[in-house]
Amino acid sequence: MTSEPLLRLQGVMKRYGDFTALHNIDLDIQEGEFFTIVGPSGSGKSTMIRLIVGMDEVTDGSIWLRGKRIDETPANLRPTCMVFQSLALFPHMSVGQNIEFPLKLRKIAHNQRRARALELLELLRLPPNCYAKRISQCSGGEQQRVALARALAFDPEILLFDEPLSSLDYRLRKTLEKELKDLHHRTGKTFVYITHSLEEAMVMSDRIAIMHNGRFEQIAVADEIYSRPVSRFVAEFMGEVNLFDVEYRDSVLTSSDLTIRPNNAAKADPADGKGQLMVRPEDVRFGKDTNDFDYVLFGQLMDEYILGSRIQYEVRTAAGKLVTVEKPREDRTQYEIGSEVILGFKATNTHFIPAD
Amino acid sequence: MQRLNNKLGLFSALPMLSILAIAFFAPLLVVAIFSSMPPKVFTLTHIPDFSAYSVFFQQGFYRSLLWSLGAAFISTVILLVVCWPLAFGMAKIFKSFTLVLTIAVVMSLFVSENIRLFGWVLTLMKGGLIEGHMRAWLGIGFDSPLYGVPVIVFGLVYAYLPFMLFPLAQGIATVPDDARQAAADLGASRWQIFAQIDVPLAAPGIVVGCLLCFVLSAGAVAESKILGGQAIITITDDIETAFTFGQDWPLGSALSVIFIAIVSVFALLAISVVDLDKIMGRKR
Repeated sequence: MTSEPLLRLQGVMKRYGDFTALHNIDLDIQEGEFFTIVGPSGSGKSTMIRLIVGMDEVTDGSIWLRGKRIDETPANLRPTCMVFQSLALFPHMSVGQNIEFPLKLRKIAHNQRRARALELLELLRLPPNCYAKRISQCSGGEQQRVALARALAFDPEILLFDEPLSSLDYRLRKTLEKELKDLHHRTGKTFVYITHSLEEAMVMSDRIAIMHNGRFEQIAVADEIYSRPVSRFVAEFMGEVNLFDVEYRDSVLTSSDLTIRPNNAAKADPADGKGQLMVRPEDVRFGKDTNDFDYVLFGQLMDEYILGSRIQYEVRTAAGKLVTVEKPREDRTQYEIGSEVILGFKATNTHFIPAD
Repeated sequence: MQRLNNKLGLFSALPMLSILAIAFFAPLLVVAIFSSMPPKVFTLTHIPDFSAYSVFFQQGFYRSLLWSLGAAFISTVILLVVCWPLAFGMAKIFKSFTLVLTIAVVMSLFVSENIRLFGWVLTLMKGGLIEGHMRAWLGIGFDSPLYGVPVIVFGLVYAYLPFMLFPLAQGIATVPDDARQAAADLGASRWQIFAQIDVPLAAPGIVVGCLLCFVLSAGAVAESKILGGQAIITITDDIETAFTFGQDWPLGSALSVIFIAIVSVFALLAISVVDLDKIMGRKR
């Protein structure tokens, strides 16, 4: 991209004693983007946004906002704002006082502050009578919105979220995810969101970064990460997956796990070497004839799980490998558990992940 | 079930209630009745005339009461200022060092207060530890700071430091770290965080500490006697004199009642503004 990024991390490194939480992170975030960082706990994602807002200091590297270096600026002078996992609302203040807190610090007149707070309540679809409520009187969803309103009152250049929805129940989380996405559209602000829930990331984000052990494994749009993961970690993190050990020799694929129909197997993209062939469970099919597929597996149907709209099957192959197959509910197969089945998939549905 | 619980609660509180009734409330009642008796009587069977209360104003006992309250107020303010940074460190910064500090401060309480105060006399007196060494080594002598009002306040600050430090540390520990961080993130400077987050959220600890220190130092007598050389007469001193040399129990009782009444007003006011449950039981 040619335009200057809103936020740039350059060689950012964070060490706690002997433990390196972040290794040499480079990242550009564009203005107006909804950028989500996904990773398991301990992957360094929280550390990263704490560095961006200034709650922690970088060990090495630099952070730039609109071309201005900010990693030396104290947290209270950075135009960044974070919504905490715990929300960190001030329990001794009312909803209104919480929202007006950043405005009061800027010595904005009382009636202007109030007007802005009411505006934000409306933006977040909270009734105006919330204004005088105590924080402890608000429901979980309301507190969530108040925390957001407070952050928006600060009017930051970039708004960061540290898993703010993780403590809510499923339904409320789904509602707030959509609202957040909608809020992103309406405010046009740059959002950086961290979560360990991939589903959450896919619903909301423009781009997703997968983080693992203090490094980015992959940064791409959701679809790209789902269909073309760069590593086994990403493939497995992005949901149910089947991986087969394979090797390319002179651009010919061989595998002990798979029966490969020779005319269809050649896929020219990878260089020679070992790796894994990935296929998503929804791309694996049951068949009557090996001719239906490019890659074929023989096995025994072990189990069937009903996942609401989808059905999942577990098949043990002749080589002893467990393969997961997923089908929409209306395509439920008639095989009995324990029966011998033929499985297969098309070459176009596979993705080769070279070994590290 | 709720009613049964209430009954059981009252039942379990009975032993403590009876001890309080016998050991605390009964003497107070006796003192209150004595204060209404005519001068210099030793039984409660006379007709109350409340004459001891008029003596309080006539003979200027209010002066010693004001000294006591004044010294208590100043030492409480000084304690608050001195203990805040230390308490903050104990609650938020020092990790295992907090335990070392706690033990050190508590250990000082193992030695009787009077003995510790005499230790200070030896340290501060003319020809004592400090002035004596200064004179012997450097040839600079100075007057002893003993026997004045400032040294009495110093003594109060010294004696009641633990009673400010621990409640304060407890109060500061209840201030959530993320609230402080969020305030900084939203643009608050250190002073703004102190004034708008730390102080209001640590308020229960502040109130409890101030209350303890104020009540204890208002009733203190050893500091003015030992360090102050009776530069000022405290109300406790007057009460003691009335009961002993003065042999005027009704006067002593009347002074006690006035003192207790004034201190109780402060205590009740203070307790009414904070939620004690919050600091004791972390109720939210």
